Amino acid sequence: MSDLNTQAVARYKSNFLKEVEERVEDGHWVKMCMQCGVCAGSCPLGPAWQHSPQKIFMMIRAGKREEVLASDSMWMCTSCYNCIVRCPRKLPITHIMHGLANYAHRLDLAPKGQPTRDVARLFWDNSMVTGRVNELKFSLAMYFKDGFVQGIKNAMAMQGVGFGLMKAKRLNPMEIFGGHACKGKSDLSKMVGRAREIEDRRRGLA
Amino acid sequence: MADNKFAAYICSGCGIGDVLNVKSLEAIAKKEGKMAEVKSHAFLCNAEGVQLIKDDIANNGVTHVCIAACSRRAKAEAFNFPGIAISRANLREGVLWVVAEGSAHDEVRQEMAEDYVRMGCAEVKKMIVPGGNVKESSSKRILVVGGGISGMTAALAAADAGYQVVIVEKAGQLGGFARNLVKRVPFSGPYSEPQATGVEEMAATISANPQIKVHLNSTVAETAGAPGRFKIKIAQESGGVAEELVGAIVQATGFTPYDVTKLTELGGGQANVVDQAGLEALAKSANGAAIKRADGKEVKSVVFVQCAGQRGSGGNGSGQHLEYCSGHCCATSIKQAMYFKDANPDVDTIVMYSDLRVPGMGEDFYRSAQQKGVVFTKGKVTKVAGGDACKVDFRDLILDEDTSVDADLVVLATGQVPNAGVNLDDWTAVVTLADGGDEAAKAKTVEMKKGSVLNLEYRQGPDMPQFKYGFADSHFICFPYETRRTGIYAAGPARRPMDMLQAADDATGAALKAIQAVENVEKGRAAHPRSWDLSFPKVRLEGCTQCKRCTVECPFGAIDEDERRFPLFNEERCRRCGTCMGACPVRVISFENYSVDTVGSQVKAVNVPEEFEAKPRILLLACENDAYPALDMAGLQRHTYSAYVRAIPVRCLGSINTIWITDALSAGYDGVMMMGCKKGDDYQCHFVKGSELASYRMSKIGDTLKQMGLEEERVVTHEVAITDHERVAKLINDYTAQIQAIGLSPMKF
Repeated sequence: MSDLNTQAVARYKSNFLKEVEERVEDGHWVKMCMQCGVCAGSCPLGPAWQHSPQKIFMMIRAGKREEVLASDSMWMCTSCYNCIVRCPRKLPITHIMHGLANYAHRLDLAPKGQPTRDVARLFWDNSMVTGRVNELKFSLAMYFKDGFVQGIKNAMAMQGVGFGLMKAKRLNPMEIFGGHACKGKSDLSKMVGRAREIEDRRRGLA
Repeated sequence: MADNKFAAYICSGCGIGDVLNVKSLEAIAKKEGKMAEVKSHAFLCNAEGVQLIKDDIANNGVTHVCIAACSRRAKAEAFNFPGIAISRANLREGVLWVVAEGSAHDEVRQEMAEDYVRMGCAEVKKMIVPGGNVKESSSKRILVVGGGISGMTAALAAADAGYQVVIVEKAGQLGGFARNLVKRVPFSGPYSEPQATGVEEMAATISANPQIKVHLNSTVAETAGAPGRFKIKIAQESGGVAEELVGAIVQATGFTPYDVTKLTELGGGQANVVDQAGLEALAKSANGAAIKRADGKEVKSVVFVQCAGQRGSGGNGSGQHLEYCSGHCCATSIKQAMYFKDANPDVDTIVMYSDLRVPGMGEDFYRSAQQKGVVFTKGKVTKVAGGDACKVDFRDLILDEDTSVDADLVVLATGQVPNAGVNLDDWTAVVTLADGGDEAAKAKTVEMKKGSVLNLEYRQGPDMPQFKYGFADSHFICFPYETRRTGIYAAGPARRPMDMLQAADDATGAALKAIQAVENVEKGRAAHPRSWDLSFPKVRLEGCTQCKRCTVECPFGAIDEDERRFPLFNEERCRRCGTCMGACPVRVISFENYSVDTVGSQVKAVNVPEEFEAKPRILLLACENDAYPALDMAGLQRHTYSAYVRAIPVRCLGSINTIWITDALSAGYDGVMMMGCKKGDDYQCHFVKGSELASYRMSKIGDTLKQMGLEEERVVTHEVAITDHERVAKLINDYTAQIQAIGLSPMKF
């Protein structure tokens, strides 16, 4: 992954704005920000962010590559779309945030142990095994992501809910042995692989 | 005069007849008002009522009419009888609608109405229908000083409207500042690319227009006379002098860019730090190719510093340099950044701004620049170092940190300094010294006159008065094109900072004002805001003491001095505000339809009750432009106020002669209120200086009051806006309560 990063640094030198424009989904919108700050004021999670979208955009223009890609801000977005609705320049801010998060993840510059990133990774890896999400395995993976002892504690705390779900036939304990797959699982992985190939080629990440 | 016949008509419509005793009003008009004819009508402003008056004028020889009905501001079309003097007693808005309802107020309400009838009759008896001052031989040509975008636009607009135009341009060709531009900020859709200036085409159109005469390499050496008869001496490069006779003048002298070398903290004067004009020159020599610096090196990165030495920032927050925003510079920098991007998209262009202001359709232009990759950084520049590698230190206002950026070239967006000629305040100070025999001051006046644009032969100085920050005069709040020099209108950046599009609009407006001016002069009428007015000051020179107050105080510089040092009125320059009438200590200046007598006789006509009746009388002198309409509106909104006031509209507070106040107080009035427009820097006075002069004069009235043994509170002045209808009622009520608290005047008989 860090190979990708080295290659990107070599390619764009100090022009981070150009890098974002070419490699980040909807990144070409960043230059259109007029720094009014409406997005920053509209974000319901504003105080929890390290940098508001307004600052992220300014940092991109100022070439603060490491700071932007290592920021936890993009990961804190809950996709409420308040900023998109309100942006007077019609920037798809939510999408840009997700694009930046994705790019930071690809370059492996995203913050380590960032919960949203961890959950996303678990979810994706889980769903790619059978072509559908194995809820039992996903829950267990979540419980144990911070270590074995913490996992036991989490499982104990949640056991009532688990038994309730089992009683209501919403949770099959047999899924722990692999679980059932979707139809045409291999076709799905081919499709996903191809999509990724196309996207990488388009963004120069191939 | 012997065949004057006076008549009063009392309307009982709109509920007047239900509440007031019209019969008794008729009796008062007949007996006390001494009207030859007195008639009442239930609906005076309808066709029948108006016909009643017309018949009396046609058949009974009525020459003076007092109409006791609604406010003088209502039904002006119905009650318009040419050649007849008309006064209006305001029974509807002035009495019926503002005095509290109910029989408890019947007595005071009736007294108020009766007084207004007495006042209306008294006023009309002193009125003379102004004959006007029709000029057969006035010039309708228009002089345009300055041949830039503003001047050329004004000239073409006036010529298209059928007027002959003379342009005086000091350079060797038309075009002004715009001629130096590669392109201009877009003025038509889609507002995304810089457009051609069109200067050449405009200049060619002007040369081909037989209505327009152009003097190049020339300046105005002398402007004498008045609207309709300005005699202009034009100094030519050859040393010759041409003479032109014109009716009105448009001053479109534009601006000079602020001296960039004064911006030392922003690298002004250092190598590779230029102003916007300097960049236009570099772009012009590049001719569409990559832009090179003065040392021949191709520019790969450029930083535009906005508000350089503007908006009180001085770049370093020092508050020196220009206080104001020049309006065009943000869009101009965007345009110039596009010069770079269009020639080579790889050039780094940063516009450093604290507030980006792009008026009009500028937002589209701004977006277009962002699309082209121009980077906009919100930051406050603290220091610029010029040289081979320039460095711009700035505070990033979004990221809140001090940082810097390197560039090959730095462009400072400096402001517009108006070319408005001599500052008259400085001029007056120097002339006063020179008159006192100071030789250095005398030499200085000669030196100062060299900087004059119009070289007016006016007693008040050689140029138009200047407004804030040295811009040529403008009554920005009411009539932006209006100035204190009748028939002379400023247009373009000489009047206020603006871009080319605004300058073109502005110039068209000024051309229209100039056309109005020459047409008004021909009909012998005043200019705005009393543009229907045919009256003008009549002076009894034999009574004049040569105190010069009228010449000094006239806000419009209308009064010169003749060789015997008597005031010489230039009627065409006069705006009929009456400030001279208010200023005159010996009361020799009056208008035919508005004089010391027309108001004075109204003051005296009021029936002042004796002390034991405990009914105070308060004289209210209200400016007809804002305060009197506000009073009318108070009536319309049914805000009740005390029935003890007697309101008289005046043309301007400046026209109030203190004799009216002393007369009122000695006649036993208990208080005098004056209501006029806001004064000071943000004045709203329609005659600019009137309310200020009135306030100055009233500040001196304390002594007179003391001599009379009266309290200072007996005379008060208020600033009132036209929207203050609720407030005027409250002011009157509060003042009535105050007067009752300090007790009635001891001057009653």
